[in-house]
Amino acid sequence: MSGIYWEEKYETMPREELRELQTSRLQSTLINVYENVGFYKKKFDDAGVNPYKFDDLDDIKKIPFTTKEDLRDNYPFGLFARQMSDIVRIHSSSGTTGNPIVVSYTKNDIALWGNLIARDLYSVGVRKNDIIQNSYGYGLFTGGLGLHYGAELLGATVIPVSGGLTERQIKIMKDYGSTVLCCTPSYALYIAEVGSELGLDFAKMPLKTGIFGAEPWTEEMRKEIEARLFIDAIDIYGLTEIIGPGVSCECSEKKGLHVAEDHFMVEIINPADNARLPSGSRGEIVFTSLTKEAMPLIRYRTRDLSMINEAQCDCGRTHSRMKKPAGRTDDMLIIRGVNLFPSQVEEVLMKVKEIEPHYLIVVDRVNHLDTIELWVEVSEDVFAEKINDLEKFESAIENKLHAATGVSIDVKLKEPKTIKRSEGKAKRVIDKRKGDVI
Amino acid sequence: MPVKQLTVFLENQTGRLAEVARILRDADINLQGFSTTEARDYGILRLVVSDTDTARQKLKEAGFTTHIAEAICIKVEDRPGGLYKILDILANAKINIDYVYVIAGTKLVLSVSDIPKTESILRENNVVICD
Repeated sequence: MSGIYWEEKYETMPREELRELQTSRLQSTLINVYENVGFYKKKFDDAGVNPYKFDDLDDIKKIPFTTKEDLRDNYPFGLFARQMSDIVRIHSSSGTTGNPIVVSYTKNDIALWGNLIARDLYSVGVRKNDIIQNSYGYGLFTGGLGLHYGAELLGATVIPVSGGLTERQIKIMKDYGSTVLCCTPSYALYIAEVGSELGLDFAKMPLKTGIFGAEPWTEEMRKEIEARLFIDAIDIYGLTEIIGPGVSCECSEKKGLHVAEDHFMVEIINPADNARLPSGSRGEIVFTSLTKEAMPLIRYRTRDLSMINEAQCDCGRTHSRMKKPAGRTDDMLIIRGVNLFPSQVEEVLMKVKEIEPHYLIVVDRVNHLDTIELWVEVSEDVFAEKINDLEKFESAIENKLHAATGVSIDVKLKEPKTIKRSEGKAKRVIDKRKGDVI
Repeated sequence: MPVKQLTVFLENQTGRLAEVARILRDADINLQGFSTTEARDYGILRLVVSDTDTARQKLKEAGFTTHIAEAICIKVEDRPGGLYKILDILANAKINIDYVYVIAGTKLVLSVSDIPKTESILRENNVVICD
């Protein structure tokens, strides 16, 4: 490491050189999956792709996509490219709908992952003398162990507290003097709320950086977290299928998430017709593993919507930057024919100062018509003594939401603490049309 | 002198008012009077109690959103025309009442925008203002 970079050579590699590196790494990976994964052998043969002759990065377009359904269909180990004797770790998704996604890692994969996380932490100023409170869940979820290994590799002190038991989190933060907090952004807000109730003054705490991910969050939410915890809130992105957290992460500039392009190739496609889009367009992100051994995925459709910016960042890194993802295509709600992302609602809501930053969107269908409610809690800042003022407040938010989204959303004022707080990934939407219950 | 009235935000759900009453009982706070106003999904409860600050503290601890507002409390004569006498004085002085309710001991709690002015008009007309 030197200066502000963990691996200067790779992080600042000129893009032409990076492209050459990607091409040779991709070829090795294509050969790996062709030889070891029946699913890919058939795919490549059907598409007429010969991995041994692969020498142009653009030819990746000839290979069909890999989807979440492919992972489910090959449950549990069908896409592994290594024998169990070479595999040292398995992680999986929660699998609330159907079979879970199962992924595996060799010793080298684990080392690679740790190195990526160390690189991310280093790029936002985390060093050996930092105390990292890792409040991501430990277990099958990639968040906890993913951050853990990277933080240890960096040489920082890790407190593997995992998620939950919020009062204990706050006691540890205060007594041990944690300088870095890793968790979901919604949990960070909950920690802020409970801490303030316990009389903690975050301005006087040593905490300075938050590494937040595992759920989409808006710029407005970042401001809210930064103001409440007196920290820099950094967005880290990843998905279990690709490696876990660390696929991309913001640097101190906070102007997009640098994709670790020496290990993952990124493409943007139009989810409607699967056509590849030029850099700078908004679309679905597609990742290809370049170095993973146990379970590389080729052109994996993330269903996350974002944009890619290839311009060099002010930090000097050449790796292209992903715009903060606005949400997954699966999160998109269709309300009376209008497309709506929960992030659009969050954006409006976080600008309303008097409201607590906890909300729930409740969608239903009544008499063949979609209905959408936004539940928010009434804080003492809003609550005056006249019903008229509350009604005005409700309609003011409703008007702002309508202007921003084009959808009429019915705001419901709730008593404090009635919206469930999240200690991990927040559930922001209850869609009763799909059988969700509150 | 204006009285302090405690207002509480309540969702329109079974048992919420009972919960407030229980908290006040447990804190040994006497309820002198109250009124409710309801909107579609929620309501506002207004209370006059023996110890406003303690009541607010207890309700806050239980998670209720509260607010303290000032209002005028006056004694009404308990006979025909008692209410009219007061309202007539205020109407003549062009003072609008935002809301009004009765509490124990035939007293009225009045909310108006200009409390000192209203109090002095009432005093000039020999209306008894309670603390």
